[in-house]
Amino acid sequence: MMSDGHHEELPFWRKYIFSTDHKVIGIQYCVTGLVFLFFGFCLMMLMRWQLAYPDQPIPLIGGLFGDARAPGGIMLPDFYNELGAMHGTIMVFLGVVPLAVGGFGNLILPLQIGAPDMAFPKINMVSYWSLFLGGVTMFGSFFLEGGAAQSGWTSYAPLADIASSGQTAWLIGMIFLITSSLLGSINFIVTTIQLRAKGLSFFRLSFFCWAQFVTAFLLLLAFPPLEAAGVLQLMDRLADTSFFLPDGLVISGEILERSGGGSPLLWQHLFWFLAHPEVYVLILPAMGIVAEVIANNTRKPLWGYRAMVYALIFLGFMSFIVWAHHMFMTGMGSTLATFFQTTTMIISIPSVIILSALLLSLWGGSIRFNTPMLFALAFLPMFGIGGLTGLPLGLAAPDIALHDTYYVIGHFHYVVAPGTIFALFAGVYFWYPKATGRKMSETLGKWHFWPSLIFMNGVFFPMLIQGLYGVSRRLADGGATYDFAGSVGPLNRMMSWSAWGLALAQIPFVINFFMSLRNGKTAGDNPWDATTVEWAAPSPPPHGNFATEPVVYRGPYEYSVPGADKDFVPQTQEG
Amino acid sequence: MLIPYVVKPRADTGLNNGKIGIWLFLASEVMLFGALFATYLMMRLGSSDWPVGTTYLDPRWAALNTIVLITSSVTMVMAWAMSAKRNFKMFRFYMLCTVGLGLVFMGIKYIEYTAKFDHHYYPSTNVFLAIYFTLTGLHGLHVLGGMIVNSYFALFGKKAYNENPEWFTNRVENSGLFWHFVDLVWIFLFPILYLL
Repeated sequence: MMSDGHHEELPFWRKYIFSTDHKVIGIQYCVTGLVFLFFGFCLMMLMRWQLAYPDQPIPLIGGLFGDARAPGGIMLPDFYNELGAMHGTIMVFLGVVPLAVGGFGNLILPLQIGAPDMAFPKINMVSYWSLFLGGVTMFGSFFLEGGAAQSGWTSYAPLADIASSGQTAWLIGMIFLITSSLLGSINFIVTTIQLRAKGLSFFRLSFFCWAQFVTAFLLLLAFPPLEAAGVLQLMDRLADTSFFLPDGLVISGEILERSGGGSPLLWQHLFWFLAHPEVYVLILPAMGIVAEVIANNTRKPLWGYRAMVYALIFLGFMSFIVWAHHMFMTGMGSTLATFFQTTTMIISIPSVIILSALLLSLWGGSIRFNTPMLFALAFLPMFGIGGLTGLPLGLAAPDIALHDTYYVIGHFHYVVAPGTIFALFAGVYFWYPKATGRKMSETLGKWHFWPSLIFMNGVFFPMLIQGLYGVSRRLADGGATYDFAGSVGPLNRMMSWSAWGLALAQIPFVINFFMSLRNGKTAGDNPWDATTVEWAAPSPPPHGNFATEPVVYRGPYEYSVPGADKDFVPQTQEG
Repeated sequence: MLIPYVVKPRADTGLNNGKIGIWLFLASEVMLFGALFATYLMMRLGSSDWPVGTTYLDPRWAALNTIVLITSSVTMVMAWAMSAKRNFKMFRFYMLCTVGLGLVFMGIKYIEYTAKFDHHYYPSTNVFLAIYFTLTGLHGLHVLGGMIVNSYFALFGKKAYNENPEWFTNRVENSGLFWHFVDLVWIFLFPILYLL
């Protein structure tokens, strides 16, 4: 028996604030992630004004930013850099990762493996609050003198070594976020290995759990080198060391008074050693969510489940040996470049296996087009575009032309924005009934989906075109002063208006999210007729999750089994 | 609500939760120090006049510290063994020895650091001293962390021991694994900084 007989009522702050219940922590992560996604999106919308209407005062709110940032409402380039650096940092480390890993991982993984909670509930709480402190540090850094970090989300040295104090706050914030991920990943791995329900062997795990499991290993092993790099950059900034400063560095015409002897490239290696696996941290949980939603709504088993799992594991390994394809322009030499472009081409194979398997899973299914399914279906071509546009960047020769252009921005945003974020929306609509006991409105869901799909493409597709024309991603005026950008310059206005449209398209989601808490249709335990273990628990599950310890008798996707009396057979059903 | 396999191992994995957790944590620590060792290598390979460690450092202090840390690893094992044999008194004795030796290590480190500062050798002097201070400083923080956890077990562990000695022993074992790891890091730091 899992329940210890009596539940004493916990005080409010133990139950909802410093909670050790994985579901409360999961919801805390989800809400934090969504809030930071919105905040990061707002930063971007300001940048889009400057790109579409360079050096014109920002309407309505231009006066709020003060003379140091936007005199007369006109954005200064430093402010633009600040917004850019923080947009990237916040979206990746405080938006998508907390939502995809901390949120869905915490909320769903223990339920899906039939566990009463995470293996280490207190560490789980610490990992959320560490993330929270990281978020506060990042947000607070906007109010420092000189503003927040301005050296890009990559914080390349030597620029970041000599930047204003916002960079120090960035590093300290990152150390909190890394600690959070580290503790979280240990928890996920131990939970998956140890707390699987009776009968739930590894090849009966849902694809979502596999995705979270592999992701946790990436976080566990890839983040510490960034922590090391962060410590070294902090030393450079605070103790005047020269880890990333070469001999005889000249800044604004003066030789920098430092010992020198360091290597700016070292930062790039340490950073990308994290940040390439990080790309897969962003995408794998999304693939996991999409797999669940697709299997459920095609009423069919996933096509090639085992091949998908093997592809996932292989992808995890390979993601550690492709990092230098971000660095083809550093003059690393053709031998190294050949090695890294080869591994990069190899890593595209497992991604293609997974995407193809998901696409083939649709074949012959009687598909239910509900809101989660629409987002999951849109994920397939959107991630497909993101993946395919990445191939030229993974090869050293075309990368030389495309490096640091808007093509790169278009590529990875297709992966992360209409890719991962659409998958995350699918997950929100899909598991909202489990977390709250009520379904979200389908009508508002569709009002959210269709405009989002159109505007997402309106924002990101023109970037690929601009990039092919050679427009640099770093220009604070969007290329207005460069002749070659002239013919594609007007696309900036289309992208900006699409971005603002995208913001409006989120209003139905926000309304839906809050209204459904009270007014949504009561969901019951299993509103989607799904097979996996989490749907055997009550909605919302009580503390301790299952009334009796669940036992698993079969694989995760037994839909439309011939001879069965329903078109789905839950994993927990005997016989 | 009770989390399963906190104390007893799960039958098919043969391990309890904490054991897997601490090994995963150590794996991440390997990556952390691995990245710093890689930094050391890159600094050294990129330098035309990398100093021999003895230019700035005194290997005799470091040799003494190596002995201190290895001894502390032995007392750590003894503490675990005494807890496993259900002899709390001797456990406490050996655990306090472990903490005491950690304190000696930190004392010697303090003497070394002040000697450097007296000669105006700072992290900013050159990249060798920068990596020396960073590596030994981070290692020192790990020693300090281990000392705090071990002191907690030695000074405030009686209640937890009485309630569930097997669980307590598992926790001491996990803390011991961390302590040995910190010891092992020093075994690498000693030659690359002081001797080579």
